[in-house]
Amino acid sequence: MGIITTQVDTASLRKAYAETLIEIAVRRREIVVLDADLALSTQTYRFKQLFPERFFDMGVSEADMIDTGVGLALSGKIVFVSSFAMFATAKPWEQIRNSAAYAEVALKIVASHSGISVGEDGASHQAIEDLGLMRLIPNITVFIPADANAVKKIIHLAVETPGVVYVRLTRPSLPLFYTEDTEFDNKGFVLLRNFEKPDAVIVATGSMVYPSLKASLELEKKGVKIGVVDVYRLKPYPFRPLLPIFQGIKFIVTVEEHNIIGGLGESLSSFITEVEPHIVKKIALPDAFGVSGNYEALYDFYGLTTEKIISRIEEWLKSI
Amino acid sequence: MKNDILFLKEKAKQIRKDVLNMLFKARSGHPGGSLSAVEIMITLYYEIMKYDPNNPRWPMRDRFILSKGHAAPTLYSILADIGIIEKDKLLSLRKLGSPLQGHPSHKAIQGIEASTGSLGHGLSIGNGIALAGRIDRRDYMVWILLGDGELQEGQVWEAAMSAGHYRLYNVCAIVDKNGFQIDGSTTEIKDIDPLADKFRAFKWDIVQVNGHNFNELAVAMEFARLNKRRPTAIIAHTIKGKGISFMENKLEFHGRAPTEEELKWALLQLK
Repeated sequence: MGIITTQVDTASLRKAYAETLIEIAVRRREIVVLDADLALSTQTYRFKQLFPERFFDMGVSEADMIDTGVGLALSGKIVFVSSFAMFATAKPWEQIRNSAAYAEVALKIVASHSGISVGEDGASHQAIEDLGLMRLIPNITVFIPADANAVKKIIHLAVETPGVVYVRLTRPSLPLFYTEDTEFDNKGFVLLRNFEKPDAVIVATGSMVYPSLKASLELEKKGVKIGVVDVYRLKPYPFRPLLPIFQGIKFIVTVEEHNIIGGLGESLSSFITEVEPHIVKKIALPDAFGVSGNYEALYDFYGLTTEKIISRIEEWLKSI
Repeated sequence: MKNDILFLKEKAKQIRKDVLNMLFKARSGHPGGSLSAVEIMITLYYEIMKYDPNNPRWPMRDRFILSKGHAAPTLYSILADIGIIEKDKLLSLRKLGSPLQGHPSHKAIQGIEASTGSLGHGLSIGNGIALAGRIDRRDYMVWILLGDGELQEGQVWEAAMSAGHYRLYNVCAIVDKNGFQIDGSTTEIKDIDPLADKFRAFKWDIVQVNGHNFNELAVAMEFARLNKRRPTAIIAHTIKGKGISFMENKLEFHGRAPTEEELKWALLQLK
């Protein structure tokens, strides 16, 4: 495993997705891709250019897209379907549940434009509940890559994982902090920063991993030891091996670009209350509809920046 | 025709008996829409479809998708008759531990091509199977049976548009047009007519038949197989509850199992 913490470039997760798909499809003839009139945005148009006979644009018909994918998967194909997270999860939720997951078919839903960082398009396009919607369905595996190198590994994992898989991607490019040789395996998490006796541990996912990593680095300069974990698989829960890391800490902080209901914070809380007493503080979006704005302005407005993560942790270190 | 008409008529009686016995035993289910679809499914399984009962997953087989999943008892009874389901399982319909779920489950039974029950899904799934056939250069047909009330689902028309657009001539949608849905007649609740015009507008070819006439059904289905131009929709005019006098066109038997008295009376009519 390797991570880079200084002079970090950014890279597009969507582009990494399309490139990886092409790389796999060269060898695996059973890969088929569907999109719902957003191939330019999700980047699946790159696949279409190379494999036109294995790409179908289903038009603005997401329910039809999911079930067409189910039919292809029932016929032995490994099917990737892509759209914005809102239209790939919320709109065809019942198709995903009843036709895909119930029949355990090889349908891989890779959604771009998740979370608040869709930005200017506003609440109608900001999928801030997709993780909750997907993890509520049995037989689904939920992946959330934190950078473009993680995407490459996770798309391979999605192909190897049987059944329905949901992969959550973002619109903006994200800092590329993982080195290419980082392992993403069945563990479901990467321990990014570990201390002998940490004060607290951040458990973050997706777009919030890098800001959390930076917060930990800044706080260390002030003598505060904050461990950092990247949860790249939300379901099945990857949390049990983290229990020793939580020993003796003041609190756990979850950080996610998702509604405070239904996502990482609730998943970890629900797991941990079964086994150990811990305080789980949650940095997430409020249970409210989003607003339009530049995504960086929105991150600041909703407290999802390194600076705001630091100040909230410092607050909790005093009060807990 | 491969079979004598009398043989098919006897089959229809036997399937109807099975369906009524299963529903009585389960104390729930959907007699009306199961009985209206009997001749359609018999024609498919005994006259038209290519399949191997000893190898239900044979890649070249024709596929059948019961999009109106509530007619599951009719399908189960046929699958038992051709040897894909064990006959003694039939009366376990809807009981805890039975593979015969209230609506068809792909994981529970080989020979069930897709999990259905929630209306509106089947045609899209069928299109996907048809596209796979095109990629793999396999010339199987995909037969999808839809209810007429089901056509009020918007997804059916998304799928109809897809099949028309992609010229999925290996798709045949059969509409069991029995005229009723749970809350009343389809004309009264939300009229689906003019149905042939709708499918034509979505670039389909249309055949209208009496859905209880084996000859008409078989000719229409052969046409669908030979049609290499467009998808075919067969509008099968049927009678809800067909074959049992007191169930025919009776709304209450959409979703109510027969009582013991009713079962006896019904079975007498199938002698």
